[in-house]
Amino acid sequence: MARSNRPVSLRQAWWLLASALAASAPLTPQVPLWLSLAAGVAYTWRAAITWRQWHLPPRWLLVLLVIAGTAGVVMQYRTTMGRTPGIALLLVFLALKLLELRTARDAVVTALLCYFLVLGQFLFTQTIPTALLAGLTTLITTATLLAASDDRPQPLLQLRRAGLMLAQALPFMLLLFLLFPRVQGPLWGIPQDRFSAISGLPDTIAPGSIALLSQSDAIAFRVKFKAEVPPQSQLYWRGPVMPAFDGRSWRIRQALGAYREVPYAGRGVAVDYEVTLEPHGKFWQFALELPATLPEGVALTSDYQPVSRQPVRNRMRYTQRAWPEANAGLNESQGILRDALALPKDGNPRTRAAAASWRAQHGSDGTAILAAAENFFNQQLLIYTLNPPLLGADSVDEFLFDTRRGFCEHFASAFVFALRAAGVPARIVAGYQGGEVNPVDGYLVVRQYDAHAWTEAWIAGRGWVRIDPTAISAPSRINLNLAAAVPAGEGLPFLARGDLAWLRELRHRLDAVTNGWNQWVLGYNPQRQRDLLAGLGMKEPDWRSMTAVLSVLCGGVMLGLTIWILRNRLRVDPAFAAWRRFTARLARCGIVWQPWEGPLAFARRAAAQAPRHAQRIGEIAALYARMRYGRSPQSGDLVRLKQMIAAFRP
Amino acid sequence: MRLPELDAILADINRIILGKERPIRLSLACLLARGHLLIEDLPGVGKTTLAHVLARVLGLDFQRIQFTSDMLPADIIGVSIFDRDSGAFHFHPGPIFTQVVLADEINRATPKAQSALLEAMEERQVTAEGLTRALPEPFFVIATQNPTHQIGTFPLPESQLDRFLLKIELGYPDPAAERELLAGADRHRLVTELMPRITPQRLIELQETVRAVHASPALIQYVQSLAAYTRAAPRWQEGLSPRAGLALLAAARAWALLDGRDHVLPEDVQAVLQGVVAHRLRPADDTAHRDAEAVAAALIEAVPLP
Repeated sequence: MARSNRPVSLRQAWWLLASALAASAPLTPQVPLWLSLAAGVAYTWRAAITWRQWHLPPRWLLVLLVIAGTAGVVMQYRTTMGRTPGIALLLVFLALKLLELRTARDAVVTALLCYFLVLGQFLFTQTIPTALLAGLTTLITTATLLAASDDRPQPLLQLRRAGLMLAQALPFMLLLFLLFPRVQGPLWGIPQDRFSAISGLPDTIAPGSIALLSQSDAIAFRVKFKAEVPPQSQLYWRGPVMPAFDGRSWRIRQALGAYREVPYAGRGVAVDYEVTLEPHGKFWQFALELPATLPEGVALTSDYQPVSRQPVRNRMRYTQRAWPEANAGLNESQGILRDALALPKDGNPRTRAAAASWRAQHGSDGTAILAAAENFFNQQLLIYTLNPPLLGADSVDEFLFDTRRGFCEHFASAFVFALRAAGVPARIVAGYQGGEVNPVDGYLVVRQYDAHAWTEAWIAGRGWVRIDPTAISAPSRINLNLAAAVPAGEGLPFLARGDLAWLRELRHRLDAVTNGWNQWVLGYNPQRQRDLLAGLGMKEPDWRSMTAVLSVLCGGVMLGLTIWILRNRLRVDPAFAAWRRFTARLARCGIVWQPWEGPLAFARRAAAQAPRHAQRIGEIAALYARMRYGRSPQSGDLVRLKQMIAAFRP
Repeated sequence: MRLPELDAILADINRIILGKERPIRLSLACLLARGHLLIEDLPGVGKTTLAHVLARVLGLDFQRIQFTSDMLPADIIGVSIFDRDSGAFHFHPGPIFTQVVLADEINRATPKAQSALLEAMEERQVTAEGLTRALPEPFFVIATQNPTHQIGTFPLPESQLDRFLLKIELGYPDPAAERELLAGADRHRLVTELMPRITPQRLIELQETVRAVHASPALIQYVQSLAAYTRAAPRWQEGLSPRAGLALLAAARAWALLDGRDHVLPEDVQAVLQGVVAHRLRPADDTAHRDAEAVAAALIEAVPLP
């Protein structure tokens, strides 16, 4: 009977069921409930078939089930193309394939399907738990494949052998991962519902929109500084700039990149750093104020807001430099200044009245008006809180004069409104402020609750000047962090809280591990690969030389493994080496020594075939047998054996 | 270091059981290695005669136990009977208290009776009514069993089969030997005329000599490779246990001594391999034919000498 026609044993059926479960369980959240339930029924059926030794379902029933399953998937997604429908279809096929396990060929097909579904998990997530789970499933499936060809009752033995095989494959995996020519972007960059649920800064700011983010401790980006981490109060991560105001909310200008290089002169000490940005689905990037260099593919808008050509949909990494003391926009264009003064015709009369009084007092002296505004904000005794009261139509007036409680967007919005009303160009800058250094790996981690809004005012001769109105009322928000600034008892995410030190410590460690994974596994891009190869001495690697290096190294690993396996056999006893020479001579006259044949048995056989040499063959074999298996070999034996063999001419 | 007494013993046995040099040599090797022997064959091929001859020629006591399905452990071990004269119980030793026991058709008895014998084989002592009694030295069990496909048999479980060092098959004699057997004198009379060649004390010395036969590191590795191969190859359900490896080495030592050598060669291992492993390896595919000879040959040819 051919190997592929052997029937699948019950034990193999259990193995396959285990593989299928391991491969499909992690995909349950991705597919509709009915499909998971149907697969569960099929698996239970399979288990019953194996357990009670029922008959397999007839073929016509399977055909009907395949049609029904496929129709279900098509009705659910209106297509069979794409990531989720494809995976759903594979799950249907896997569940039904288990119900027609007849021959060894079916078993192999099922196992290969399981491998494919393992790969399918990575289309959805690429985290460390996913990778660990995929490793486990691969182990089980490999053991299943082993069991398909070698049906033995010890499951642990099969798992151990599978583990050994995977361990032997590990060096090859590492080599291929590190050296196989890389393409930009992840392999599974399938657009589609991948980016729907990403949190980040919105492109309009209304009262309450940033306070919403303060409830999230998701990571916005991580920063590695080349030198010291600058003081907390300098960590303003510039994001979208919002000059347009409609009376309630602030909006970004839909502008393309205007500058490929920064349009202002450097000043002060430069700060170099590397950002690993989590995907947020928008065009803008974040840079420490003010950016001095622009990464590849990134430009500055006329508002000095760094934007990339495509929305940030994959985790990206870039190095950048900042000039914290630089001044931008010394010669700002009239159009931009006009935009930075625009206000709705009416509304917020009390603020307008206060601004008019500053204007009357200080004329067009921007610096003096700024000071007056800051003074005014200070005197209003505003309270920084996560739970500001709702505001009506005249939101700025209500905040400044009635409720006096607000989050950073209330402060920034009111401040810009007041300055504009007093005739000083101003706008809102959104982004993140601060961040927390992870003591484990030294990365500065900026989370969503670090989101912040501050303001910029344009003063003749000084350009754009950053003023953070929040800092006037709640300086600890800027100098320390969010937890220090909000009143006690307000709900904060775990990680923003000051207590629970052990939890933060644990979270720091986990985050450092995740960051390492992101940086070195998921973030291993062509650039990283080039850096690594440059470190190995390959300055300008093209795909040809990389392939060559890859082949040589894979060959090397293969050789190493072979030597490791053969290392016992390579240690040859000198008597045995002499015996091999002797048998090689006899082989030339057609008397072939079998490697399992004992020396005396071989001598008898050889003597029968070559009676002329019977005596000498017998002597050599007897001496060799005594040397190799006897009690204590004598000193002259080896020399004598070699001489006898050298003199032997068949 | 050829030992003439061993050659004489073999010659004596071969004179009575004709044309069976190899099984006879194996059974003597088994005895010298302090192992027990299992013979699987049809009735009437000379199993009883072999046991009887071995006992005679080695100068040992001999008892035969016919196993039946209604047998109880006391039938083997012995029983205490109340003696009215002395007013006390007296232990009447069973047939197992002897030097050579022929356990005939062991797989006809129930597992309970089987286990009584097999315990005695392993411990070389029996415990009856709370008292442990040592069995005589040397102690040697030759068990015969009918082929397991016959009706009314209780196959021995693996763990108990493992207690037999060797399993041999006698088989029908070849035509020449059979003609000689038919023409010759009564076997039973020949056996009774046989004189012991050695004393039991000398047999114990010979068993000690076997233990001292040298096994070189290369040979130890060969035995280990054989065992390891059976564990890794898909052909068998389980591989050989370490105890089976020890048995293989012990039997090979005895075989080497019978060959007049003070060290073991791979040929010795190969010679006893079939007898040692055939009843210890179960094919993975239960339907496969258990051809002991083919199994041993395949195993030998699969493992190169180290």
